[in-house]
Amino acid sequence: MSSPARDRILERLQGAPRQEIPRPEAPPPLAAAPDRGARVARLKSLLEAMRAEVHVVPSPEWLPRLKDLLRTRSLQTLVYAPDTSIGAALRAAWEEDPSGLPALLPYDRPVEAFKETLFAADAAVTTAAGAVADAGAIILRPDAHEPRLMSLVPPLHIAVLAADAIYPSLGDALREGGWSADMPTNLILVSGPSKTADIELTLAFGVHGPKELVVLILE
Amino acid sequence: MATESFEKRADRALGDAQLRRNFAFAMGNFILKRQAVFSDAAETERLRALGSAIKQRALSRLPELLTQLEAACTRNGIRVHWAETTAVANRVVLEIIQSHAASRVVKGKSMVSEEMHLNAFLASHGIEAIETDLGEFIIQLNGETPSHIIVPAIHKNKAQIAKIFHEKVPGAPYTEEVAELNAIARRTLRRKFYEVGIGLSGVNFAVAETGTLCLVENEGNGRMCTTVPAVHIAVMGLEKVVEKLEDLPPLLRLLTGSATGQLVTTYVNLITSPRREGEKDGPREVHLVILDNGRSRIYQDPQLRRTLQCVRCGTCLNHCPVYTRIGGHAYGFVYPGPIGQILTPQVEGLEKAGELAFASSLCGACEEVCPVKIPITELLRRLRDESYSAAPDGGVPGRGCRQNLVERLAWKGWELLNTHPRLNRLATALLGRAGEYLPPGGPLERWMRYRSQPQFAPRSLHRRIQEEGIPDE
Repeated sequence: MSSPARDRILERLQGAPRQEIPRPEAPPPLAAAPDRGARVARLKSLLEAMRAEVHVVPSPEWLPRLKDLLRTRSLQTLVYAPDTSIGAALRAAWEEDPSGLPALLPYDRPVEAFKETLFAADAAVTTAAGAVADAGAIILRPDAHEPRLMSLVPPLHIAVLAADAIYPSLGDALREGGWSADMPTNLILVSGPSKTADIELTLAFGVHGPKELVVLILE
Repeated sequence: MATESFEKRADRALGDAQLRRNFAFAMGNFILKRQAVFSDAAETERLRALGSAIKQRALSRLPELLTQLEAACTRNGIRVHWAETTAVANRVVLEIIQSHAASRVVKGKSMVSEEMHLNAFLASHGIEAIETDLGEFIIQLNGETPSHIIVPAIHKNKAQIAKIFHEKVPGAPYTEEVAELNAIARRTLRRKFYEVGIGLSGVNFAVAETGTLCLVENEGNGRMCTTVPAVHIAVMGLEKVVEKLEDLPPLLRLLTGSATGQLVTTYVNLITSPRREGEKDGPREVHLVILDNGRSRIYQDPQLRRTLQCVRCGTCLNHCPVYTRIGGHAYGFVYPGPIGQILTPQVEGLEKAGELAFASSLCGACEEVCPVKIPITELLRRLRDESYSAAPDGGVPGRGCRQNLVERLAWKGWELLNTHPRLNRLATALLGRAGEYLPPGGPLERWMRYRSQPQFAPRSLHRRIQEEGIPDE
């Protein structure tokens, strides 16, 4: 989009003295990348330090564990993405035994038709596309099947993460994940529940986003 | 904007015991938190050198990167607007809002929008801008401006905030419990996120390679503003562009560690396009407003250009002995502390804001912690020089505004005395006898206020060397 303002700004910048400054070299990789166990441990301890609740569970046991977690919380509703593999597994598990569990709400419409339900929901379950061990953050890549607001609006966000998808660092995640060639609409790192320290630097959780973050790491 | 001198404002701030306690506590805390996250000095130094190099490299290719960013954003469906002045940027934002017949905007924290005085401008056109960052929300309720780049309400303690909430938020009880104050803000603002159709945010980094806007935050209000409403407007200064996505990890680490002593913020939000076909949420329109407002002029000078490396972490404020004692409002402009002292005079001109460059002891604490190694004291000295420069046009606007006859004559006299040996001998002999009777008047009066009067030796050093020689071992 060309505009006179744009052209004038660029012209001024182009007319300034040129400086030749090379691209800095990327920092050398860590001496030895931490192994999977170390990555899981680091991620868990950093997430917990930020008040997230982390459960490392063997893959086949994640649904029973999730059900346990939900039963202790007595929630009314749980938003889920019906067209994901996690969504299909959830539906099957709920059909099997829904006792003491929140009602499943599929996020299957545009937000304009789902907003009221979403803002009133108690919790949501999403996939985590990966995680960054050294920063203690999970990576979310919302898409057409798993919308963006699931991980933001309900007071409880539960993320399901494969232990294999934990990268040592953010640099590793974006290089190995080929992000620069394939950025989704929105990619988010999350390191805990919403928080603020704007009043006398006193840390308080759940100011705008989820009050609780639960991460299930599947081994 | 400032109507009285910095000195007066600083004086008043120094007399406010509550304000000084609030800042001393908060800044001390920030310093410790930063130290904890940058505990390995060698590693931190490597990281700062890298951050500085990334930003200097990006600035060296600024026009190319902005063009590349525009092309990438446009390809992604983000509409790019350019504004040479804050007045134009305000107008652009207003037109977008009016094109949707909206009367309210939810806002994430943005220093550029403060620079634009956007809220007041929108209000004058009947549009309500609702600040949603907790700190910004507090000061907006009280009709104030931010006193810190990162924690805008840090000048208030919880008793003061409790009172503001009780008086200004309908139905809010008086409580000093921080958790309850947070809950009041959550309740009030949730409603707004739900209802309001336009969201506005700043930008921490814009990646030219992919056309991605990177925003960092802890509260989630930024994600709300950029995800719930149907329209997202992002405003950024043109210096925010970086070359590649892989530049982000070190920059994020530096920004977050310096700003709040965190390894990573609660949310790092990378926005690359509006809602795509088939997606169920996210804004249908994303606009990026790129603001110049004097930056392209600063860019003309290779030394001053380094001002534009700033990532707005606020750590120079936290470490500044002046800022810590007077707080942000005393500076009288949007950007306080050391970064404001080098940026504001360049943007607003030396007549209007040049005094800020003098509000420093040049101790260099800011420079030692700056995550991108801006040579702040060098730039402060440069701005002082510019203020007194007799050079013709060019340079910083208002150059030479402090030149005055008395000072020029004084230096001329100094030059004369030191280039003419006889005059020099005469003057030093005279001062040696009569120096102590010099009246402390004129510019000397200010100098003497906090310093003892210089004592002139009966015989000058020059003289003594001539007479006694230098002992040779």
